[in-house]
Amino acid sequence: MKNLFLRLKSIDQRWWYLVLALGTVLFPWFVGNYWISVAVFFGIWALLGLSLNVILGYAGLFQLGHAAFWAVGAYTTAILNTRCGIPVLLTLPISILVSAIFAVLLTKPILHLRGDYLCLATIGFGEIMRLFLFNDPLGITGGINGIRGIDRPSIFGFAIRQPIHYYYLTMAFLALTILAMRRLENSRLGRAWVYVREDELAAEAMGIDTVQVKLLAFVIGAALAGVAGTLYASRYTVIAPETFSFWQSCVMFCIVILGGTGSIPGVLVGTLGMIVLPELLRDVLGEILQWRMLVFGAAMMVMMVFRPEGFWPSPIRRHELRIEEGGLAPSA
Amino acid sequence: MALLEVKGLTKSFGGLVAVNRLDFHLDEGEILGMIGPNGAGKTTVFNLITGIYPPDEGDIRLNGRSLVGLKPHVITELGIARTFQNIRLFNNITALENVMAGQHCRTKTGALSAILRTRSQRLEEQRILQKAEHCLRFMGLYEKRHELAKNLPYGDQRRLEIARALATEPHILILDEPTAGMSEEESSELMKLISQIRDSGVTVLLIEHDMKVVMGISDRIIVLDNGEKIAEGTPKEVQGNPRVIEAYLGRE
Repeated sequence: MKNLFLRLKSIDQRWWYLVLALGTVLFPWFVGNYWISVAVFFGIWALLGLSLNVILGYAGLFQLGHAAFWAVGAYTTAILNTRCGIPVLLTLPISILVSAIFAVLLTKPILHLRGDYLCLATIGFGEIMRLFLFNDPLGITGGINGIRGIDRPSIFGFAIRQPIHYYYLTMAFLALTILAMRRLENSRLGRAWVYVREDELAAEAMGIDTVQVKLLAFVIGAALAGVAGTLYASRYTVIAPETFSFWQSCVMFCIVILGGTGSIPGVLVGTLGMIVLPELLRDVLGEILQWRMLVFGAAMMVMMVFRPEGFWPSPIRRHELRIEEGGLAPSA
Repeated sequence: MALLEVKGLTKSFGGLVAVNRLDFHLDEGEILGMIGPNGAGKTTVFNLITGIYPPDEGDIRLNGRSLVGLKPHVITELGIARTFQNIRLFNNITALENVMAGQHCRTKTGALSAILRTRSQRLEEQRILQKAEHCLRFMGLYEKRHELAKNLPYGDQRRLEIARALATEPHILILDEPTAGMSEEESSELMKLISQIRDSGVTVLLIEHDMKVVMGISDRIIVLDNGEKIAEGTPKEVQGNPRVIEAYLGRE
């Protein structure tokens, strides 16, 4: 079993992506609307996971308030669409921009904090965002009821209504994001994130503007979460503050940590485990599903003890987290 | 005008004056050795020059431009690269990727061109790779470029740090006890490399604890004790200086 697993892992990643792409295209032809909807949900959460992965995985910054950026994206689309009548897909670039601006405003003052202190500060801004939406001081977020009646998107007059339309739209975004992330990983900025994560002082001494590099991680992560927000708002047409609670930030955090920090396949696997698995087990487990927070918590603890690098880690991360083994030997 | 000019540099930590009114300069193309017993303040001087700490008083000028208050990465960009006394490599990535870090401040493509894989981005990546490989070859580490930094033997790690610093294309290279923990043979080989670095046009400022090592290759030497300069001159002059002998061996 272990040998098979290692052999499967040694296959070039590109082949996996090809198989995955083919499976993704064909999937809706074999299942009903219910599972297509689950897949759309998966796609949106995978986008959220990948966006947090930039911050938490690549740059190694503990971010437990990521739902805030998701909320900014969703509310930007909802407000612009319901109040100004701007078509959903045209609000997308604005969502991206507004989320990125929020990232600068929220994280610039706390970027110098390290590790757990930064984590606490991000929990803070996540909660501030939720309370802001809830209390609606500007009269635009609809308070506790949120915003309803958000339009469905349309592309060149083709209205996206059916779950299967959403499925292809979401998967197209997911595929583009995965491609972009792969390219980013192997770029000057991607390497700079690794340097900062490994040794911030040495990175700074080697001429890397560590503050700017960390800020860019937050900006790119937030922009992508904004995309997920726009998709979410138009898919469900109703959004409310409780959708963007601390618990959602925790789920995203778990997706990245359990799946494998800094690893794209890891995030996809993590999303399957955190989002799809509970759906699969809904019929089997029934009542027990109420205990899922407990199950997730226990899973987190078991993983941290036995496999801290996550289910499908990036090679660098495995080396970082398995210092005592100190070699090239694959961990098991 | 000197390449680097340090005037009245003072830094204290609590009650301890680590560096006291230090003046010295660095001329283009020389190897300046800085020696002194443990705790003399040598590393503090390096940390002040490279912007890790701000000085309490005094000025540091590179080509007439003050470096005081600049962030470390800006100082590196202006042309001062360093190594660390206790090696600080990026342990979990390869030697090659470590050295590529040095090129960061000499390149500029951002996220968008990386995602779009523009032509200029690909060309720049190639340049980064070539420069990094060149630096590795120079330090004799090319064959080991795909090894993880942490798996390299100690001496190689020291040389890898120098390769990484060279990849920033510095005017001044600051080496903090580069031969610490090396065998005599390894350290004499490293000294040869340091001379070659100087010959390639890089000015070298070298901290050493071990007198023997610096004497051989330094053009000039300054001696620190208790944060103050107690002697300056050619290796010969310094060797015979009674204050230096006293600092190292104690008073009879």
